[in-house]
Amino acid sequence: MKHKKVNYSKWGYIFILPFFVCFFIFSFIPLLDTIRYSFYEYYRSGLKEIGPTFIGLENYKSLLQSDMLKYAANTFILWIIGFIPQIVIALLLASWFVDARMKIRGKQFFKVVIYLPNLIMASAFAMLFFAIFAKTGPINGILESIGVIQKPIDFMRTTLGTRSLIGIMNFLMWFGNTTIMLMAAIMGISPDIFEASELDGCNSRQRFFRITLPLIRPILAYTLITSIIGGLQMYDVPQILTNGQGSPDRTSMTLIMFLNSHLKSRNYGMAGALSVYLFIVSAILCFIVYRMLNPKEESR
Amino acid sequence: MKKRLVSAFLVAAMAMGTLAGCGGGNGGSDSDTQGGGSASSSDEGKIINIYCFNDELKTRVNAVYSKVDKVSDDGSTTYLTDGTEIHWVQNPNQDGVYQQKLDEALGNQATASDDDKVDMFVAEVDYITKYTDAEIDVAIPLEELGINPDTDLADQYEFTKTIGSDINGVQRATTWQCCPGLLVYRRDIAQDVFGTDDPEAIGEKTKDWDTLAATAEELKAKGYYVLSSYADTFRLYSNAIPEAWVSSGSTTVRVDQKLLDWVNDSKEWLDAGYFDPSVSGQWNSDWYTAMAPESKVFSFLFPAWGIDTQIKENCPDEGLWGVTTPPQTFNWGGTFVLGARGSDDEEHIKEIMLELTADSDNLVKISQDYLDFTNTVTEMDKAAEDDANFSSSYLGGQNPFAYYAPAAKEVKMAPLSTYDQGCVELFQNAFGDYLQGTIDYDKAKENFETAILERYPDLTDVQWPE
Repeated sequence: MKHKKVNYSKWGYIFILPFFVCFFIFSFIPLLDTIRYSFYEYYRSGLKEIGPTFIGLENYKSLLQSDMLKYAANTFILWIIGFIPQIVIALLLASWFVDARMKIRGKQFFKVVIYLPNLIMASAFAMLFFAIFAKTGPINGILESIGVIQKPIDFMRTTLGTRSLIGIMNFLMWFGNTTIMLMAAIMGISPDIFEASELDGCNSRQRFFRITLPLIRPILAYTLITSIIGGLQMYDVPQILTNGQGSPDRTSMTLIMFLNSHLKSRNYGMAGALSVYLFIVSAILCFIVYRMLNPKEESR
Repeated sequence: MKKRLVSAFLVAAMAMGTLAGCGGGNGGSDSDTQGGGSASSSDEGKIINIYCFNDELKTRVNAVYSKVDKVSDDGSTTYLTDGTEIHWVQNPNQDGVYQQKLDEALGNQATASDDDKVDMFVAEVDYITKYTDAEIDVAIPLEELGINPDTDLADQYEFTKTIGSDINGVQRATTWQCCPGLLVYRRDIAQDVFGTDDPEAIGEKTKDWDTLAATAEELKAKGYYVLSSYADTFRLYSNAIPEAWVSSGSTTVRVDQKLLDWVNDSKEWLDAGYFDPSVSGQWNSDWYTAMAPESKVFSFLFPAWGIDTQIKENCPDEGLWGVTTPPQTFNWGGTFVLGARGSDDEEHIKEIMLELTADSDNLVKISQDYLDFTNTVTEMDKAAEDDANFSSSYLGGQNPFAYYAPAAKEVKMAPLSTYDQGCVELFQNAFGDYLQGTIDYDKAKENFETAILERYPDLTDVQWPE
């Protein structure tokens, strides 16, 4: 009697099918359309539809002549301001939380608390900041009454103020998420290694830099990549905080806000071209980061 | 290796997916033409879909339209006595959401089923030309509905008819309200500084720009500010431009000298300390704070709706405010009603338009109940004399119509263009940065050019006055 082999892999494909069907219809086709429209002049003036007329690379050229690179720089600065404290604090907290010797009480409670800001909608968070950092808002009130400042500071009217606020908001929203991810990574390291290192007389700083950090590199890479993609798409916080204007002097205008201002006139051509640029940039960035953090792949 | 390739592809696909969300996904959300609520019995009987951005029109139609039978509990449907239902489709004005939804629905007008078609919609002065455009023809001319503007709307203020007309002078929109602006001042501050809060005496001190500047100096000496910020005066200047921002057929934005006058005058007043330094712009919490009783700001420039919806919200105490002559007449806002081409309810549209905007009894009722300054010359002139019925306890017993009525007659509307909304918004923004000292004058000009050409891809250049 012949044993019939059951082919389980078929079920695997069937189970992942719904995702790929949805992805194909709702993401892949629109994606190709976006790329196609980027070669067309296609927008609305009032209720009049202009186009679509094929214009080749015109949209790409005029984008390069516009302030796009300036907005790219803005986006990068805003991302860095938020990301540096985010990764530093997250690493610190993660290594403290998992350190068996520190015996921190109420770990669970703190984990929930640091994750909470992420649950607030970014736009609500931005509105909250807008209100408390207003010129007549509570922060100025407190600072004035304890005598730190004489005159109210107009945070939203200075480049530094606006950028810092956006950075702080992004940091507050995301450091909890990163902390939890890094904690999982550190807990995945075998305790034997830590024990062995202690027997060899390793101090806590050495342990962190020589053992923890190298071993969680894959997760760090993941954090960096997702954060870069998220940073490139930074939109809601600066949009709400500056009322969509990227004020002052368009210094907090991000790329996606720029994209959005094209969509106000339904300028699908220009917006498509910008999306393609964004895609290329994020693909390159991801590739660089991936290579940087996995140099060994080469030799395999 | 093969596995690596597959996983690399999957990661790339997901990354592309996340990016595609921002590129392709924004335009296509379909509009919800059913007003929600009790739409189940929609198979028989006609349905009138009215697109609006707040409940202003709804409350007024419910209050005055003779055929209104009852309103559903959630307010989304109005039932008429002849079995017709009005479905209110409300979307917020902020960030162009209302216009986006409306444009979407108007675009589908040809293919939508009769019950889903837009029948009526509202538009504000800032963007009304987009919808009254003769070539696009989305709004039914009033004459086609059976309304003769010359006889049926004879009592309306002339400038509201001009706003509602297309380039050939065919009227396509009508309104029940009229928004001449006044200077709304704090009575207690007036008492403190000038020793009187009598509107006539104060009016002498605010009648033109030079006098107002002298008044500002007096106020400053006592620690008060004449106005909250330069943004408050912008409408007065921008309403006085002799030619449209973009004249029809042209692709050049022409910035009028009047607008640069606004920049220069504002700079002067700001440096002189006439404005409250903590306020920049409008519609933000600093601006609202300036309306509160403890604020040091003497006055605001507002039409009737401003007192009712802005000042009253932030300063509920009665008798603190009064109204008087502004330094220059101006009109701010106004909601117009339009009938949508392709509608199957033209008879109802005609009735609603006539009863809401041309029936003097109804208009007087709206003026009394909702404090609107309504679009009827003779009744408003009567109201100006009729202190017994029209004085407002909120304004300390003053009859504001005595000031609105003459102001409304003097309003001259600047010629409109489709690009006004963006021009007004972006100009104030760019020069707001300049006035705050963030950037210099030339940079502000440059920023305005960048922003306006970005917003309207069909515009080609910006021309500044010599």
